Order: sequence, then C-alpha cells, then structure tokens
Amino acid sequence: MAGTWGRFNITALVLGFAFLYLPILLLVIYSFNESRLVTVWAGFSTRWYVSLFSNRGLMDAAWVTARVAFISATVATVLGTMAAVALTRYTRFRGRLLFSGMVFAPLVMPEVITGLSLLLLFVAIGFDRGFMTVTLAHITFSMCFVAVVVQSRLVSFDRSLEEAAMDLGATPLRAFFQVTLPIILPAVISGWMLAFTLSLDDLVIASFTSGPGATTLPMKIYSQVRLGVTPEINAVCTILIGIVTLGVIAASVVNKRREVRRQREERLAFAG
Amino acid sequence: MASLGSIRRSFAPWADPKAKPYIRFENVTKRFSDFVAVDDLSLSIYEREFFALLGASGCGKTTLLRMLAGFEQPTSGRILLDGQDLRGVPPYRRPVNMMFQSYALFPHMTVEANIAFGLKQDRMPKAEIAERVRQMLKLVKLEPFAKRKPHQLSGGQRQRVALARSLAKRPKVLLLDEPLGALDKKLREETQFELMDLQHDLGLTFVVVTHDQEEAMTMADRIAIMDKGRVLQVATPAEIYEAPASRFVADFIGSINIFEGSLVKESAGMTEIRDTSGADFRVAAPARAAPGDLVWLAIRPEKMRVSRERPPEAENALNGEVWDIAYLGDMTIYNVKLDDGRIVKASMINSMRRLEDALTWHDRAWISFPADAGVVLAE
Repeated sequence: MAGTWGRFNITALVLGFAFLYLPILLLVIYSFNESRLVTVWAGFSTRWYVSLFSNRGLMDAAWVTARVAFISATVATVLGTMAAVALTRYTRFRGRLLFSGMVFAPLVMPEVITGLSLLLLFVAIGFDRGFMTVTLAHITFSMCFVAVVVQSRLVSFDRSLEEAAMDLGATPLRAFFQVTLPIILPAVISGWMLAFTLSLDDLVIASFTSGPGATTLPMKIYSQVRLGVTPEINAVCTILIGIVTLGVIAASVVNKRREVRRQREERLAFAG
Repeated sequence: MASLGSIRRSFAPWADPKAKPYIRFENVTKRFSDFVAVDDLSLSIYEREFFALLGASGCGKTTLLRMLAGFEQPTSGRILLDGQDLRGVPPYRRPVNMMFQSYALFPHMTVEANIAFGLKQDRMPKAEIAERVRQMLKLVKLEPFAKRKPHQLSGGQRQRVALARSLAKRPKVLLLDEPLGALDKKLREETQFELMDLQHDLGLTFVVVTHDQEEAMTMADRIAIMDKGRVLQVATPAEIYEAPASRFVADFIGSINIFEGSLVKESAGMTEIRDTSGADFRVAAPARAAPGDLVWLAIRPEKMRVSRERPPEAENALNGEVWDIAYLGDMTIYNVKLDDGRIVKASMINSMRRLEDALTWHDRAWISFPADAGVVLAE
C-alpha cells in the first residue's frame, strides 16, 4: 500500500482540502480572537460568543431564520414529495415532459430572477412583505430540490408494493401512507434537510422578498459586513458551521448504523 | 371413447352444461396505445378450479390476471365474478387477492405485520387478527419467523410469507403471478404439490399465470394456452398434451415431431396422409379436413420407437440414420435423420440396465409408431 500514498497523492490531497477548508478554518480561528480587529491575532478569547448572545439584532435574525427554515422546509417537503409522486406515477398524462421540466427549472434559474419575480408577484397582489413572504419564497425555490431527491428514490421504488397494499384492501391514500411513505422516508428526510439548509443560507431571494421585522441571519450578516467585519460575525458563522456539521455527521451516522444493522440481520438470517 | 391420458378426474365442472362459471371473461380486449395485449378473449373459470394461464412472455397472460385483480381496466368487454360485473370496482374492493411475482413483501414490516396488513385494512378486531396470523403462519410453517423482516428470510420463506399474506383475508379467488418463478428447481417441485394441497384443502379458486409448462401441467385442473392476446386452447393437461388443437399448442407443450402432408382419405376413423417426402401414414384420428388438404401429423417422441429392424407389427415406419443420442438416465433420446434430411426425435425408456446390440451413432435404424400415436392437425 505504501506506493499508493506517494508524494504526489499526499500533495494533491492536502491542496484540495486546503482549498476547501482553509477559509473556513481561518474564520473559526478568528472567531476566538481577543482583538476587535479581525485580521490581527491578539490571543484566545470567547468574548465574542458572549457578546453575540447579548446582540439583540443578531439573535432576532437567527430566530427568524430558524423559523423560516423550519416552516419552509416542511411545506416544501410536502409539496415536493407530492410533485415527485405525481411525476413518477402518472407517466402517461399529456404534457408530462413540460411539467417535469418546469418543476426542475428553478434548480438552474438564477436566484436574482426568482427573487425579483417573487417580489413583483407580492407587490402585484398587494402582499405586505415580511415573514410570510420570505417563507413562501423559500418554499417555492426549495420545493424543486425536494422533488429531485424524492423522485430519484421513487424511480427505484417497486410499484407492486403499492399494488399489493391496494390488493389487500388499502385505498390508494392508505397505501401511500402505510407502505410508500415509510419506505421512501429516508429520501424525504434528506429532502427536508436539504431544503432547511438552503433556506438557512439563502441571501439573495430573502433580500428581495423580506420586509421590515423579518431580517434573516444571512441578510443581517451581509449588512453588518458592509459596515466592517466584526469578530461577532465570525462567531455567528462558526456556530452555523457547527450546526451544519453536526447535522451532516448525525445523518451519516444514522445511515451507517442502519446499514450495519441490516447487514447483521442478514447474516443472522443466513445462520438461522 | 376412452379418456385421454391416464388420470381420471371426478372434478370437471366445465364438462357440466348446468354448472355456472365463477369467473367469466366476455370478449375482453385490452389495448396499451397501439399494442393489443388481450384480444377479444372469452374464458370461463369455475369455482374451486386450479386454472393456469400458460404462454410465453408478452402473450397477455399477466395483463389478464391484472385485469381480474383490478390494476388494469379492459378496453372493451367485461369481466364477471360470481355474476357481478367488475367494471369500475377498484382493486381494494374486489374479493380476490394476488400473490405477486416479486412477492411485493413490505420491507419495513415484520412477517407478522405483512400477513396482518390486509386484515387491518378491514378493521378486524386485534385478537382476531392475531389468531388469523397465527393460523396463517402455521399453514405455511413459518411460526418461528414471525418477528423477522423480509430481508432476513430465504427465497422460499419469502414465497411462503407472500402466500400467507394473500390467503389471510380468505379471498374467494387467489391470483398467482409466476408463484414459483424465483425458486430453484427442487424447491419449486416441492412447492407445486404444497400449493395443490392447499388449494384443495381450502377449497379456493386459483388462477395462476406461468410460462413454465411443467408447472402448469403438474398443478392445474385446466390450462389455457395463450399467444398474442388470444386463448388457443383451454383443456385439461392430458387433453392439451395428447390432443393439441393446433400446431402452435402441439409445439408449445413438450417436444413433438410434426410431418407436413396432404390428406389422402379418411374412412372408418382411419386417416391416410401422404407426407411431403412421399411416405404414407395411417393414423387412427379424425382429420377435420377434406381430401387433398394440407394437414400436419403430430407425434410425441415417447410414442415412437427406434429399432434396427422394421418391427413387423408397426403400422407406420421410416428409415434413417441415428444422428444424435442423448442419454438422460431414465430415458434416451434418439435423433434420427431421415434420408431427406429431416430429423425425427424418439425417446425410449431405459427399462433395462443393459441392452444387447444397442444402437449407436450413424447406425441405420427404423423409427416406427402405431396408428393411434399421432394427432392430425388441420390449418
């Protein structure tokens, strides 16, 4: 194996990871900086974390962001799952190709356009911009991500399972909730997590569709950075990174555990 | 007339003009855009019958089954179950249950929960469900596996769970889509007999779809041979084998030698045929054709005999050269090449351990058959 770890490979690995994580690492380190000046190291301190929690503006923004992310991810998951089911199930309706293209278009649509068009819509129907509008906007753009994730799972879903459920007396709705949903649940959950993360870090669409009293954390950070980066911002970002990292690790641990358990059960089955 | 085959059956409602069919397909057609899966098909299945739909893949047999289950709607025609028109009745309201080819076991539920699924849909009391599940597990001998998940079971065990689940609601009709297709040969043979016993003991009507003729012959009371969305023949296994209605059926079931020829004459139950090479055959079977018509004589290999000399009592005999010999243990198959190049297949039971002067490759040989061995097929 020594040969595979040649100097070239190690260099490539280090460079690649450095490219990805050095900026983040710097940010994390500077969040523990004693100095008010972001670029000058003056010793280790957690004072910015303490002051962060007494910064009302940032805390409010964090709370708004959390609520927006939770509500929009949940609604987007329901809608996205429904769209995915419809697209995989009813393959024979007229205009299916157009419809599926339209569901996935927002994936590649520039955010500025999505944001602007939503803003125009809200203005046109006289919707006061605020918490509701940001949430609606986030549902709109994250729904298609959920649809993509769930659809890719549904493609490999054995349709005869649903038929078996109906054959045994379950109405289509009950067949969906008792058989299909439990089986595709991992995909639905990862769709939800994707939607949650997308909502959490969205700046552009939120800037277009938000209004007074509904400033999200990315908006708050952005506006503060324009006035000069404070170490507080570094602290907020470090916390955000921590949350996201924890989420990713938790999801993969759960997945891995399930896989290991399944393999053990299969071994037992063959032994018994 | 003596019955065909050696098995006498007392169960034959199809032969009774007063018997009412339990399932009835009336001029059923199913089209998938341009493709005609089932073509103007009519069929009657009787109560307590073990009925097999046999055909190659794409012949429409599965579509027929799925229409009965309610997953597909006929394009035209109607399906009656116990006198009730099934049009518009969704799958979850039909008194039939289906065992799927893939078994379609719910992977997130235990064996118990799989079996209980249908009963729960009917909101049966808990105690009754538990009792019924216990009965079903006993029936398929899976009691120790109640708490397992499907992926912890072997293929044979999964098949049993699927069977138990589809029987749990005590359906009037059980539909089985290639029920033994995923099992290995030995298990398949055992399971065939178990299915037959089960069907008999429970007094159910079974409709099974299969492409395996041996499976259909073993299990079914009657077989429908299907091709291109049509039923070519519906009969008992013995009738299908001994009196195929067409060349397709004759060729489809088992192996058979077919001689093309023209009808010379038919008198007193004796049909004379001159085949294309000029050989004359005398067959004790009706021809259903006029003299001069093109007819086909079909003879099963096991009804032919291969010998070095022409047997004096043989009513029909052809001379040729032993081309191939396949020794199968219980029998030997001889391929004899006639002088005009055609190959005729004969199989002989190896009733003796040793044969004096056994035939071998390239020996001249006579291939002979009695007058009542063959069937005459007209177009």
